[in-house]
Amino acid sequence: MPAEQSAPHVVQMRGITIRFPGVLALDRVDFTLRAGEVHSLMGENGAGKSTLIKALTGVYTIDGGTIEVSGEQRSFGSTADAQGAGISTVYQEVNLCANLTVGENVMLGHESRRGGAIDWRTTHSRASQHLANLGLDIDPRTALASHSIAIQQLVAISRAMVLESSVLILDEPTSSLDRGEVEQLFAVIRGLRDRGVAILFVSHFLDQVYEISDRITVLRNGQLVGEYGIDELPRDALVTAMIGRELDDLTALGTSAHREINRSGAPVVRAMGIGKRGVLEPADLEVFEGEVVGIAGLLGSGRTELVRLLYGADKPDAGSIFVKGEAAHLRTPRHAIERGISFSSEDRRAEGIIADLTVAENIMLGVQARKGWLHKVKAAERDELVAQYIEALGVRPANPGALAGNLSGGNQQKVLLARWLAMAPDLLVLDEPTRGIDVGAKADIQRKVSELSQKGLSVVFISSELEEVLRIAQRIAVMRDRHKIGEVAASDVNVDGLIDYIANAGEGSAA
Amino acid sequence: MTAAVTTTKDGTAASTAGRAGTFMARRSALLPALAAVIILALLFAGAELFLRGDFITPRNLSALLLDNAYLLVLAVGMTFVILTSGIDLSVGSVMAFTGILGARLLAEGLPPAIAIPAMLIGGAAIGLVIGLLVQVFSVQPFIASLAGLFLARGLAFVVSLSSIKVEDSATLWLQTTRLRLGDWYITPTGIIALLAVAVAAFVLHYTRFGRTIYAVGGQEQSARLMGLNVARAKVMAYVISGFCGGLAGLILTAYSGAGYPRNGIGTELDAIAAVVIGGTLLSGGRGYVLGSMVGVFVYGTIKTIITFMGAEQSWMQIIVGTLLLVFIVIQRVIVARSGQKSP
Repeated sequence: MPAEQSAPHVVQMRGITIRFPGVLALDRVDFTLRAGEVHSLMGENGAGKSTLIKALTGVYTIDGGTIEVSGEQRSFGSTADAQGAGISTVYQEVNLCANLTVGENVMLGHESRRGGAIDWRTTHSRASQHLANLGLDIDPRTALASHSIAIQQLVAISRAMVLESSVLILDEPTSSLDRGEVEQLFAVIRGLRDRGVAILFVSHFLDQVYEISDRITVLRNGQLVGEYGIDELPRDALVTAMIGRELDDLTALGTSAHREINRSGAPVVRAMGIGKRGVLEPADLEVFEGEVVGIAGLLGSGRTELVRLLYGADKPDAGSIFVKGEAAHLRTPRHAIERGISFSSEDRRAEGIIADLTVAENIMLGVQARKGWLHKVKAAERDELVAQYIEALGVRPANPGALAGNLSGGNQQKVLLARWLAMAPDLLVLDEPTRGIDVGAKADIQRKVSELSQKGLSVVFISSELEEVLRIAQRIAVMRDRHKIGEVAASDVNVDGLIDYIANAGEGSAA
Repeated sequence: MTAAVTTTKDGTAASTAGRAGTFMARRSALLPALAAVIILALLFAGAELFLRGDFITPRNLSALLLDNAYLLVLAVGMTFVILTSGIDLSVGSVMAFTGILGARLLAEGLPPAIAIPAMLIGGAAIGLVIGLLVQVFSVQPFIASLAGLFLARGLAFVVSLSSIKVEDSATLWLQTTRLRLGDWYITPTGIIALLAVAVAAFVLHYTRFGRTIYAVGGQEQSARLMGLNVARAKVMAYVISGFCGGLAGLILTAYSGAGYPRNGIGTELDAIAAVVIGGTLLSGGRGYVLGSMVGVFVYGTIKTIITFMGAEQSWMQIIVGTLLLVFIVIQRVIVARSGQKSP
């Protein structure tokens, strides 16, 4: 049940602004947390969720606005400050010390002492007490690492209770738990809520958000969209609020949705029931020659996980993959590349562009790697290839000798695209190729992808922007909660239809 | 099965049966240190057999402590640093610097009540500089302490280019006094070294500061997010190591009756070897100061055996090197087996 409007405001954040160099990460965001409620903070990647949490936990200092905790204005310089004010956080990766015992992790920094020395007997029995309060019957003297992640997470919550926290922040706590473990965690969360603890819950799993929350606050692009009671916000309204609508400068590009694809031959790639325990439930995917298959779904729905399995970056523990009708064992990305599959990662800074190399060197990396390092690509051949792609993709500045690190995000993305295209793949997998880049570069990339697919290149295209997916793809695979929930033909749906599908398909509760 | 304690809900530890399983779940970090004890026992037994009962004598065992007292003190300080997953290469030079400093001050006619604190504070100060470099300026511990190594060695030569004899009776008393119990004996320097071990063990296991050292070495980021004072713990680990360098300088000066600026070249590596053989993981967070003591004794015993046999000193290095390799592999295996995060 939603907490009463009159429940005391434990946390009141007003007009929170945080700037990073060149980015306004949070723009005058208000956020209120009441005693005895579970409040979900929702938003896509880059919306500002984690920035807001870090402002509240003292990891970041705020550039504007005020934070009141239990009626007192506060400014936090460190996590210790925030903990002192009764705010505890349990992170996605359990932030405990695996080398210590369960009891120590619960009590660290708060051990019972007698005459200046830690009294381990009392400390451990207090730890047992706190663990028992959450229904955990484990020996506090066992090593933390001997327990499952789910238990470790509950140990982290026990620790928060030692600090007598009035606010508990759970940041993606369920991402590595199975169903039974989630139930156990939720039982604990409900227990704490009933004792008056204010709980801030972050999860990508919509089902879980609706199961546990009393209230939802939605952020988008660093701004507050709104605060809603759980009953006021149906799923499709939530998805719309999170994704928003972009004023479309790109409609001019037209759409490839109606292009006919010849699906009579063997697919370029066919994945049958590929999955990995705890990462992705078994899913099928086929991509035919000249086809663009979009993958739609919220962040964390399993989009990236699916293509990583397809590409050999992660190892599936179920299912099989066929390339042009032949069974293929893609154990590493190298195998995939040998079979004509290229993958452009969503994290272009960490996994793509090498900032200290020139544009030409970045483009040639893939080709050179494929030839082997001992067979140097001839200079003339290299210059021609590089010039061709700089021209075709409109890389600015059009200077092969410029350092890649000095290019804008959009142009870096074009360089990456050029790298994969230069290898002449049969299938190109693009994970969020247009995220965080300007509209012009976006249009260039979309145009190029459409053009190449018409010439026979097969593409798997992941994007959080549904308009984009609808415009480029002929077929769209829809993911939710690490599960492929279905496929739609791009010509059959519009943005609203797709949102409805993402939010409600298979739920039997379509709004 | 009489396991008194229910262990995990997922049953992994519970299924490994009985007390051994519980023990493993509780104290897997002890195993490398136990391995060191076993090695020490084997060394003793081997030497005893080889030398026909001439090795395990009260005289030899007493000498083992006294001859290695300075190394034991250095290993105690090093244990703190390595537990935070750092390293301190400066301690051999710090020992030389503080030793020659003390000898010089005494030679200038200052009383030991001033000279001895000056040695300890001098060592701690160099440790403080290294700690601040590591913590505040995020310098790699290897580089920061390498700078400390050169700094301290240079300072030692500034104090004196040649050895300075110590005439002060109070300082010499530390080494010449022999408290006897039958054939066993111990000097004040030996007592100091054992006290250092006892104090360190207490601090590491019975104070919040000590537990923070372990937490930092386990997962520094987690320790910070738990609200522990990570910065203080890390800096203090180097200060303690520097202080131990000063204390070792005092012990060595008393032991050899002189300060010498070329003392302790490479001794930092002996201290690191002893700590690792004693079961402390270089990746931090696991280990015991008592293990380091065993490590020092293993090291000292090998040295004694080589001397008894009249073999080349280079055999010392070959054996210690081999032991180190074996121990590092053993630790890896133990850590991997016990299902802990790999270091």
